[in-house]
Amino acid sequence: MSETRFDRLDAAKPMIECRGVHKHYGDYHALRGIDLTIRAGEFFSLLGPSGCGKTTLLRTIAGFEDISDGVILIDQKHMEEVPANKRPTNMVFQSYAIFPHLTVAQNVAFGLRRDPRGKAEKAALVEEALAMVGLRGFGNRAAHALSGGQRQRVALARALILKPKVLLLDEPLSALDRKMREQMQVELIKLQRQVGITFVLVTHDQEEALVMSDRIAVMFEGEIAQLDGPEALYARPANRRVADFIGVMNFLPARILAEAEGTVTVEAPGLGVVDLPARQVSRANPDDEGPSIGFRPETMTLVGANQTHSQPRETSATIDEVVYYGDMTYYDLRLDGAAAIDGRARPVRISMRNVFGRDVQEVGTRTRLAWSPGSLVLFR
Amino acid sequence: MKGQGRGLQAYALLYLLFLYAPIILLPLFAFNSGTIIAFPLQGFTTDWFSQMWANATLRTALTNSLIIAVSAAILATCLGIFAARASTRFEFPGKGGMMGFILLPMVLPEIIVAMSLLVVLLGAGVQLSILTVIVGHVLICMPYAIAILTTAFSSLDKSLEEAAYDLGETRWSAFRLVTLPLVMPGIISSLLISFTISLDEFIIAFFLAGNQPTLPTYIFSQLRFPKQIPMIMALGTVLVALSIVLLALGEYFRRRGNARMGGNPTGGFL
Repeated sequence: MSETRFDRLDAAKPMIECRGVHKHYGDYHALRGIDLTIRAGEFFSLLGPSGCGKTTLLRTIAGFEDISDGVILIDQKHMEEVPANKRPTNMVFQSYAIFPHLTVAQNVAFGLRRDPRGKAEKAALVEEALAMVGLRGFGNRAAHALSGGQRQRVALARALILKPKVLLLDEPLSALDRKMREQMQVELIKLQRQVGITFVLVTHDQEEALVMSDRIAVMFEGEIAQLDGPEALYARPANRRVADFIGVMNFLPARILAEAEGTVTVEAPGLGVVDLPARQVSRANPDDEGPSIGFRPETMTLVGANQTHSQPRETSATIDEVVYYGDMTYYDLRLDGAAAIDGRARPVRISMRNVFGRDVQEVGTRTRLAWSPGSLVLFR
Repeated sequence: MKGQGRGLQAYALLYLLFLYAPIILLPLFAFNSGTIIAFPLQGFTTDWFSQMWANATLRTALTNSLIIAVSAAILATCLGIFAARASTRFEFPGKGGMMGFILLPMVLPEIIVAMSLLVVLLGAGVQLSILTVIVGHVLICMPYAIAILTTAFSSLDKSLEEAAYDLGETRWSAFRLVTLPLVMPGIISSLLISFTISLDEFIIAFFLAGNQPTLPTYIFSQLRFPKQIPMIMALGTVLVALSIVLLALGEYFRRRGNARMGGNPTGGFL
């Protein structure tokens, strides 16, 4: 079996280590004991809602903020006494922070001011950096005359020209429109593979994190809730809050019937009784009313009247709402017997890809749902 | 509708006339050979200008005023840069109150400021001179300097300086290379405004200059002698011309700065 990117990353040495990092702003406890190892060459994302501390953590790594407690090591060196301008990190700011009074080339060359190399050599480096981000020949443009996407590229070139060990990106795509954002996501991935530098991305956009990252740390309220690869994060969220934050998940109240040898027997209204192995069991939120069963919209399939399916389980339902997205259709369904536990019927959302030959079903239709217990997650 | 528009037009014209007629009269009488300020005009002369030029006290007053205005403008602007940067970049306890008190002299009656300064300076045994006037003028120019510079600083992205620092510069060189050029239009505006305020300031100069004349106190002292009035008119003409040149220069620099940064005005005042 050939060595994959992930095998290589697993073997890589740690590039950033945070141990017990705390940050207080007066009474506000912004970071509450962050333990984190980011490996060399990794595309790592800090994901969370605004105010979760992800930007604060990035800024402590960059050296813009002092930490109240704990240690940060970059490339196995303690960073406590090292100011931001001496750290082997460079940052791409959310606003890009392009110097508006300088040209593109002057912006990119800014970090080379203290470099002893000659003028011609520096100019070549600038050209090379601009070419790398697809801005060859833009050197003499005024920085203020650039579009958002171009500013983004200049910011990247300006940071990468210094060959930092770590590139820190603070919500770099949030100011771009959707098309541009998707394009830049792919370009950033390619760029990261090309330069091999450790990228640490801060984002509140779970889709962006899933698309781009090797691993993601999901943060809530100054703590890391889960640190995993995109697929693990999506399929096996560590708790209900993470499940809620990443993508869409349906939740139904559940009743635990029995528990033996790591397998939990659960009853959920509309789904019946299922046995779930330990790996499909996660933590509930502290304020949840009781255990719940969760599943993703794409893990269940609507089955037409005369169709057959190969899923082990089937449930009858009524279509309450149809939302047509072109490539996808979202159905809000009422499962038969859904109100069994507490008398409240919760609609569940199912997504279906609109492939050729499959009709969009109508509101009010009685239908069948095919599913497998393997796609369920119990939160308790 | 049309009639109403004409009415407003007439109002605007009258308004401008009221504003500028006295100023237009200045050069008119400055070049008039009659010694009495009254119509009809007598004849053309430049005597008043040569008389002004030959007047040693006037030259002293002018030199004093220029020294005071330039020093006050530079000092007020430098201090203003510190205050504006601190108030836009940092949070610290008592910030609101502190900035409020710094801006207060803007609305304080100048005569109160002048009087209390005089009492304090005399009490401290300080010799009154143009130095004491500079101190007083810095005090009254500061609020304007800070108001202009705060606008300039607050329209700056905070990450710009951080970016420069992140790229290896020191705190100071980051400020010098990035922030300073970007707030330069604001600095020029602040220098110009402070200079203008100081140059024609009367009350503080009158109280604190001791026996040193400044331009306004000299002009005031000469108004008692009708014979001198045509010369004062000539002086006024020169000052108006200078002000227009200064204003135009300031605006030119501001626009050039804006154009260089893509029409993103940072605290232009003029």
